[in-house]
This record gives sequence, structure tokens and C-alpha cells, in this order.
Amino acid sequence: MTEKVGVYICHCGSNIAGQVDVEGLAKWAKENLDGVVVARDYKFMCSSLGQELIEDDIKNEGLTRVVVGACSPHLHEKTFRRACANAGLNPYLCQMASLREQVSWVTEDKELANTKAKALISGAVHRVQFQKELEAKEVPVNPNTLVVGAGIAGIQASLELADAGYQVYLVEREPSIGGHMAQFDKTFPTLDCAACILTPRMSDVGAHPNINLLSYSEVEEVSGYVGNFDVRLRKRARYINEDDCTGCGICIDKCPKKVIDDVFEAGLGYRKAVYRPFPQAVPKFPVIDTESCIYFERGTCKACEKFCPTGAIDFEQEDTLLDLNVGNIILATGFDLFDVRRIPQYGYGRLANVFTNLEFERLCNAAGPTEGKVVMRDGVTQPKSVAIIHCVGSRDVHYNEYCSAVCCMAALKFGHLVKEKTGAEVYSFYIDLRTNQKGYEEFYNRLLEEGMHFIRGRVAEVTDAARMPGEEGKLIVQAEDTLLGKQRRIPVDMVILMAGLESRADAHDVALKFGISCSMAGWFTERHPKLAPVATMTDGIFIAGTCQGPKDIPATVAQGAAASARVQSMITRGTVEIEPIVATIHEENCSGCRICNDLCPFNAIDFDEEKKVSVINQALCKGCGTCVAACPAQAISGAHFNNDQIFAEIEGLLYDAVSGNGAKAAEPAKESVPA
Amino acid sequence: MTEGQTKNDFLSEVIAKTAGGETLLTCLQCGTCGGSCPSGPDMDYTPRKLFAMIQADMKEEVLQSNTPWYCVSCYYCMTRCPKDIPITDIMYTLKNMAVEAKYYDSSDAPDFSESFIGYVEKYGRSFELGLATRYHLTHKPLSKFSYGPFALGMLMKNRVSLTPERIENIDQLRAILNKAKSLEVV
Amino acid sequence: MRYGYYPGCSLGSTAAPYDQSTKAIAKPLGLELEEIHDWNCCGATEYFSIQKTAAYALVARNLALAANQGGITQLTAPCSACYLNLRKTDNYMGKYPEINAHTNEALAAGGLSYKPGSLKVRHLLDVVVNDVGLDAIKEKVTSPLKGLRLAPYYGCLLVRPTLGEEVDDPEYPTHLDELLDVVGATVVDFPLKAHCCGGHMTQISADTAYELIRRILQNADEYKADAIVTVCPMCQLNLDAYQSQVNGHFGTSFNLPILYFTQIIGLAFGMKPKELGIGKEIVSASPLLSKIGAEVEEPEARPARRRRDDKSLPMPKI
Repeated sequence: MTEKVGVYICHCGSNIAGQVDVEGLAKWAKENLDGVVVARDYKFMCSSLGQELIEDDIKNEGLTRVVVGACSPHLHEKTFRRACANAGLNPYLCQMASLREQVSWVTEDKELANTKAKALISGAVHRVQFQKELEAKEVPVNPNTLVVGAGIAGIQASLELADAGYQVYLVEREPSIGGHMAQFDKTFPTLDCAACILTPRMSDVGAHPNINLLSYSEVEEVSGYVGNFDVRLRKRARYINEDDCTGCGICIDKCPKKVIDDVFEAGLGYRKAVYRPFPQAVPKFPVIDTESCIYFERGTCKACEKFCPTGAIDFEQEDTLLDLNVGNIILATGFDLFDVRRIPQYGYGRLANVFTNLEFERLCNAAGPTEGKVVMRDGVTQPKSVAIIHCVGSRDVHYNEYCSAVCCMAALKFGHLVKEKTGAEVYSFYIDLRTNQKGYEEFYNRLLEEGMHFIRGRVAEVTDAARMPGEEGKLIVQAEDTLLGKQRRIPVDMVILMAGLESRADAHDVALKFGISCSMAGWFTERHPKLAPVATMTDGIFIAGTCQGPKDIPATVAQGAAASARVQSMITRGTVEIEPIVATIHEENCSGCRICNDLCPFNAIDFDEEKKVSVINQALCKGCGTCVAACPAQAISGAHFNNDQIFAEIEGLLYDAVSGNGAKAAEPAKESVPA
Repeated sequence: MTEGQTKNDFLSEVIAKTAGGETLLTCLQCGTCGGSCPSGPDMDYTPRKLFAMIQADMKEEVLQSNTPWYCVSCYYCMTRCPKDIPITDIMYTLKNMAVEAKYYDSSDAPDFSESFIGYVEKYGRSFELGLATRYHLTHKPLSKFSYGPFALGMLMKNRVSLTPERIENIDQLRAILNKAKSLEVV
Repeated sequence: MRYGYYPGCSLGSTAAPYDQSTKAIAKPLGLELEEIHDWNCCGATEYFSIQKTAAYALVARNLALAANQGGITQLTAPCSACYLNLRKTDNYMGKYPEINAHTNEALAAGGLSYKPGSLKVRHLLDVVVNDVGLDAIKEKVTSPLKGLRLAPYYGCLLVRPTLGEEVDDPEYPTHLDELLDVVGATVVDFPLKAHCCGGHMTQISADTAYELIRRILQNADEYKADAIVTVCPMCQLNLDAYQSQVNGHFGTSFNLPILYFTQIIGLAFGMKPKELGIGKEIVSASPLLSKIGAEVEEPEARPARRRRDDKSLPMPKI
């Protein structure tokens, strides 16, 4: 081989040098591996000085290949490729060997570590000499963005993008935007009214010329790749003609059918069959719920149609399908609440005055079923004592192991609201109090001053079986007061269960639809938990808000803004680089068997009906190699992972088995395989 | 098995002798066990507090407490524990250890169990009349007069066997039990 | 349906009526209950308190005998404590290799061995409700227990611990409720139906036990139960035989007969009380028997529509 290989062994402080003899390894590479003309070791290769070592050698020694033995490529592959590019060497002629994650961090025995390090360097040196120059492709980025979910995260992201001058398609499943925040009364720690701070944003969204609001709609199909996604949406029929409807609400008044509102009122209030979720709904158009509507059930009534002054009711309306093309997608689909019926000993559903946190928000909300009065199930009586139970369904291996982040603060908030509205005694039953953001600890102190009682003990059960005087007719909360070391029974009038946050019921399906990952619990997976919380492993798809994990409103808004910033950077750049590590099908060898079509995890392989051959969409291809391995005719080659390169690497790794302790480069494989 | 996870020998021993006991290390001290326990109010220390004491290496106080002996094996704690700690099983372990350390030599609870198993080892079946007689006569017999109506009622309704029943293969059972006792508790 | 039958020690003495009634209803229910030959005591909660390894071995001898008794694969026990011991030993032997090794080593000293998972251990209630089925039982009811308000009492060890296989909800079980409904009785679903009766605490600390017993009796009484129906000899003994002690201790005057679910089924099948061991309970069930077939007050029909001034909030759906 006539390549000139430079080998650089990084110490990474003592991370690698502590286990591997880095100096010796560099020397060994120079003396034993064919093609190596320069071999150095250095404390931190990723530093500017380290990179300069490479760049200088390329220029001065005329290096044609570079091998860096350091950390994982996940961290610095880009760094070293860029260094090569700066010095005029094609970045794909550089290869990393992971001496840290794959050697020093995982091998206890020093001798074994050194042997393995030699093997990896040898493998890389052998391989790199077969690597070829590759050019990254650039594809244009469509400046339109799809935002899925119009809660506060989606609203924030949409407004920022729209204000920057870009078109946004904002899709929302419910008839109105606003999400869970629209259901709340006051928000912690400032006790701002949720609607007061949300509704101005909602109006902005409704009025913004750059936001195309598609409410009561859902995404059906997504295909494509970063910069160029094709999305099919289903706009569900409202049975109300939006062009004619003035939002006067007469249809709602006249509708004779009342049903329990399970969604917005959390089952505590009623709505009509034709309804708006709440008064400040955006858009203002009502919706007919076909499952409760008398006309759809038995063909009679039609009161809404009779009374509508503009004739906007249209029972024949159908769903419409919309096809869009966007450059980026932001998922902001929100959360669902833990189902407290899974914990029967808390009495929800059997004991009348046990409520969930969401139900209690509706009680407090001035537009709620009791006009903001905190009353018991009879709708009239004020409670004189209220117990708030923390961690319902959270921090528990039987339900959800994680902490739901917001419940402690919400519990404090409820304590305050109860005291303010009723003057009742409030008891919080907690394990730990999590009040760790700006103003939160101060809020806790405020509640202490207001006389809220705090009992450290996870509630064992809530019962109405009275045992001692004072318990008759009350709900008894039984828990061990761990700070006293005694079991206590506190009789109260009302119990609030702080149900934890869970991912949406269809989160796994949504993740699949958009081609991103989610955890077992259904939280969408971020690209990096610290350094890339709103990006996903799928380029062009971002996540924001509680769909990524439980968090409060400030964090949600921050993520919505972050996601929009990421998208804006893509749009401003105008193009996006596609890695050239992709597979190519050689038409002349393809028999059209189509085995590869279904194997591709990224749906990147199509079939050309005319030519009867399979074709790879290189923008979607991630270079995983599945099709390359599967093709029975060996008609597919994977760039940067062709047979020569792979066999060379294997032979390099087996240096001491192939040619004794020396490591002469083996001859390349004699079979002719397509490159 | 904890394998050097802790220098606390007492804690290590409790964990080693309880199947699934390593979860004890993850105890949040939430108090669900103490809150659920039907006999909790009568215990020297609640189950939760006992676990804090085990983690604090307070072997004597733990094994001398009445807590494990007041456990009614209702399993509420074990069912509700958010960390899936086998609490009831740990209580059994502590009972075993207290008996071995002879901390409850002359007290009621272990004696009852020992009398019970004495009959099981002799006959292969339990013998309530013998158990009740032996146990109550050796533990505060005078206070047991209140059991009079109960005992009379049971006798009259023919719900008490007057003689013990013996299984056929009692030797086999004894061989099995003797072997088991020579093996360590896991 | 053929099952290995493990009666347990108390069914020969204090719980003889349970054994009697079980055998009486086995035929109509189509259950072939084959007693395990030469079974020994399961150790209740006593053996585990002294030495665990021996306790597992004590139970395992029964498992080994049953598994080797002519192709038995299902083992049923009417007593909740026996049921739990058998099930837990089998489960732990399967889950923890050390327990399996030690237990089999001990069994080997007696020439026996047991492979965990060879038997499915079931409580008698589970077999009756799930294998025979509520529909089949309903068909055989000739004297529906109309007029009887029966409180189903599960106790602890039938439903807890779940050990990863829940047969009924450990906090709020319903199998027995459904059974009592099917035999025509009015089911009194009282909150403490799965709370602890105190077990052997009657011997260790009478105060503690009496309080636990009192709570259950009181709660069932408040809900106007005519009788409590049990699935465990210990529960039956505590609630029945100690009822007068409880009354004496607290100054209460409970008079609740405590019967086994098998006796209730037998009554609904038209069998004679004596056949079912009824008459052996300390708190007499005679007043209860005379109530069968009495007129039941129909509950007031709920109005179909909400009244206009009704401000109450809807209850959540269960």
C-alpha cells in the first residue's frame, strides 16, 4: 500500500493513559504497522493543539490517512474529521479507534487492555487504507414547519417561528388549542391565573398570519427526511361550516342533549352534544360530538340546525385529508394523568369526596363546574378539612418509578387555594418535598406561614370506616407520621390525590409514526439528556414539553422556544448536510427480489416498477448495512463499510493471530466484490 | 447478596437471610408499611423505623423489640411498598435471628411458635388442645380464666380434637426437617 | 375436574364444618378432590418464625407428595394460610435458586424431591369461582338465599401477597362478592372486607387481636350484614369463637354468625344445614337460616333525569 498513515494516541488525561501504555502503543504502531509514517501520543487530542498536530502532519508529512485512538466517535469523530478537512484531507479518510469506551474504561487487567488497544489500532490502520473519499450531500430545507400539539409548548414554538417570518402548520387533536394548561386555575409559584397568561398567546396564534391552525385534526402519515417531510393530516368533520359560523353559540344553548365532559372538565362537569371545550376556545367554532348527538343516534332533533342564524350546521360534512410538505417537525403532544383507579385503597370512585388533582383544578377554576367554589361532591358544602396525598402513582415500582416533578408544587398551590377559598385545615402527606426551582422554596415557606400542616408519611389508605371518636362521617387518611414514628389517622372532609404524569396513551404509536424513539414509559427520547434535550436521533424532528418527560410550565416554555430555535437555525442555513455513509444498489446486479425493501428500518428503499429494480433514497438511508448484508445477489454496497474495508479491519484486529507478534498488513481479499 | 456493599454486618446478615432482601437498601423511609400495619400502634417501633434502625446497625435494639413478633403476616406492607421490599419476609428473618440470639427466651411469642412446631415435629400435624394447654399453662395461667367460655364452647361444639393425629411417615418428615436445620437460612 | 386436596390441620378439628361442607358440595360442582396421602402440617405462620429453611422443607414435603400422586397437577387448599404456604414455597423455589437448592437437599434426606412449577396451587374459592364458573353454579341453585344480607370476608392470605400472579385484587377483591350474588343473597360490600382478623395474635397479644376482630365485626354490623362469610379457618375461628371475648372486652353485643362460603353454596343448593356442618358455629346461625326466603325491600328506584336544582358533581366511573 502506498498510503501514508498518521497515528495519534490520546492520553485523555489519565482516562486512557491510566490503563494503556500510550507512548508504547504509538511506538509499536510506528514500528509494526505497515503504512504508518508518523505515530504520536498526546495528552488531549481533541484540544486545539491536538488537532493542530494532525493538521501540521498532513501538511508537512503529506499524510494521506489519519487514525486517532481516543474516545468514542460519538464525541469527537466530527472534531477529527474537521481537522483533516481544514488541512485539505477528505474527512472520510480519517478513522477513530475507541481506546477509552472500548478499552480503558471496560478492561480491568492492564495487560489485556494493552493487547486490545493494539488490536483496535491495528484494525483501524488496516481499514483506513481502504477508505475512500466521500462527499457529503446537501439537501434543501423547506422553510415550513409542522408543530404537533397546541398546548403551551406547541404554542410557544409556533409563535416564535411565525414571528421570525416562517410558515407554521399547527395541528391539534382537540377542538381547541390550549392543552392542559387551559384547565388549570392558578399556576405556581406566582399564582398567576393560567387562563390569563395563556389566552393572549392563544389569540395570537389564532390571529397570526403565519400560523395555519388545524384544530380537531390529527397526523395520519409521515414520510420523508430532514428538510423534506411529507405529512398527511386528517381534518375531522366538525359538522359546522367554518366559513359561515360566527361563533355565536346559539346551537350550544339550544342543544337538548347534555353529557358528562370527560376531557376538559375531567368528568366533573357537563357539556352539550354540540360544544366548545371552554369559553375562550380558539378557534371559536363548536364541534358536534357524534357519539352523543341525538341526530346521529336516531335521526331526530336537529335543534342546532333550526336555530343557527347563518345556517352553518352541516350534518353531511366529511373528514378531509390534507397533504403538506414541511422541512421540520416539532412534537409537543403533552401528557396524560395517571389513572388513580389503579390504587383502590385510596377510595377514588367509591368514596364520594376523593378527587384527583385535575378534578380539583376544575373545581378551583372560575369557569369550572362550580364556578370556582371549592365544595364537596354534593356541589354545595364547603370542606372544613382537606388532605392532599402526594406521589399517587409516582415513585412506585408497581406503577411509575419516576418522580412526576410538578406534584409537590401543585400540592402547595392547592393548599393555598383551599385556605384562601374556604379557610379549611389542609394536611399534606408527602415523602419528600420537591421545591427546587426559582421561587419554589420560598413558596413552601409561604405555605408554612399560612398554617398548612405537613405530615411526612406516604398514605397507606383512605377509608370511611370510622373507628375512633371524631371519625364518623369523615374520610380517614391513615399514614405513619415518620417524623413521630407513629401511625396516625386524620379525619378530613375531602381528599385530593396528586396523580402523577404519564405519557399519552398513544405515545408509542406516535413515536413509531414519526420515526423517533420513546422510553418504555412512553416519554419521547431526546438525543442527549443534557446537551440536546429537544432534538431526537431523527434529524429534523424535535420534541418539546411534557412529551419528553414530566416538567413544569417554565421548563416547557423553554423547551418550546429551544425547539423553535433549532428549527430556525436549519431554515436559515437553508440546506442540511446528509452524511454520505449510505448504501447504493447496483442496478445491473439487482434481480428485483425486493427482500431489502421490507428490511430497511428507515423505509428508505423503494421499488422502481418500470425498471423492476429496487432503489435507495439516499437522503433517508442511514447506512446501517442491513440491506447490504441481506442482498442475496450482493448487489448493494455500503459506502465507508465495503467488504475490503471490513475484511481489512478484521485482519488488523487479529494481528497477533495472523502474523505472529508483528503485524504485517495482510493482502486484501482476492474475491472481486463491488466496491 | 450484597457482597461488600456495606460495612454494616447486621444489615448484610438480614439481607443475606431474606430472599429478595437487597431491595432493603433502596428503602425510601416513606412509611407506607408503618401506615398500613394493623398492629403497628402496638409495636415498639413501626416497621419503617425498624428498617432505619437496621441501616443504623442497631442490632440489639432491633432484635429485642417486639415488632417482628407483633407482625400478623397480613402482607399489606409488602403489597404496598413502593420499592417492593419483602417486608413480611424480613420480619420472619428477624424472628429467626432473635430466637437464635436468644433474645426472647422467656417471652410469649417465640414460645408459642416453638410449642406449635414441637407438636408438628412430634406428630406431623398440629395439635391445638395440646398447644393451648401447654402454652397457656406456662404463660400467665391465671389470666387465662377469661378463655373459659371460649374453651367450653369449642369443646361442646366438638371443634377440638382431644387426641393428636400422627402421620404415617413421621420418620421421613423428621429426616427432612433435621437436614433442613443444618442448612443455612437463605 | 380432578384436584389434589390439602385440607390442612384445622379442617380435622376447629374447622371440621369447612371440610364437611366442602366435601358435600364437591359432587354437585363436579370437583374430584383427592386428599394428598400422608400430608403433614404446613407450619402456618409459626414454623417460618423459628427457622425458615426447615419451614420451606416442611411445606415442600407436601408439594413433593402431591406432585407424585398419580398425575396431579393442580393442588387446592381450602385454608388461606395453607394455600399461601404451599404457593409461596413453590413460587420462591422457582424464583430463588438457593431456596430451591436447600429445600431439595432437605427433601432428599427423606427420599423426595420437588421441581418448582410442577403444581399449580389454588385456593378452593378460586377453583370454585373460576374453574366451575359462576354460571354453572347459578344453574344449580335451587334455594336462592333471598333475604340474606351476607358480608363477604376475604381476610389477608387469600389475596396477599400477589407474588406476581394476581388472582383477585389484593386491596379490593370481588370474587366472593360475585359468588354470593350468584346464589341470590344481598351482598354487603363492606370496606374492611380484606382487612386482617389478627391471625394468631389471639394467643400472643389478646388486646391487639380483639381490636382487629372487633373492627371487622363492627364494620359488617354497621353495614347491616346478617352474617359474615369466610374463606379461612383462622378467620372463622377468630370472628366466631372469640366473638363473646370481644363483646366482653369492649362491652359490645355483636351476634353475627360466621359461615364458610362452602356452607353458603350448600344452602343455596338446597342441602340440609346439618350436612354442611352448620350448628357447630359458636355464634348460632339458626336465626340466619330462618331468614332465607324472606321478603326483600326493593331499593328506591333512582330518578332517570337529574333534577334541575341538583348541584351535585358526577361520580367518576369505576
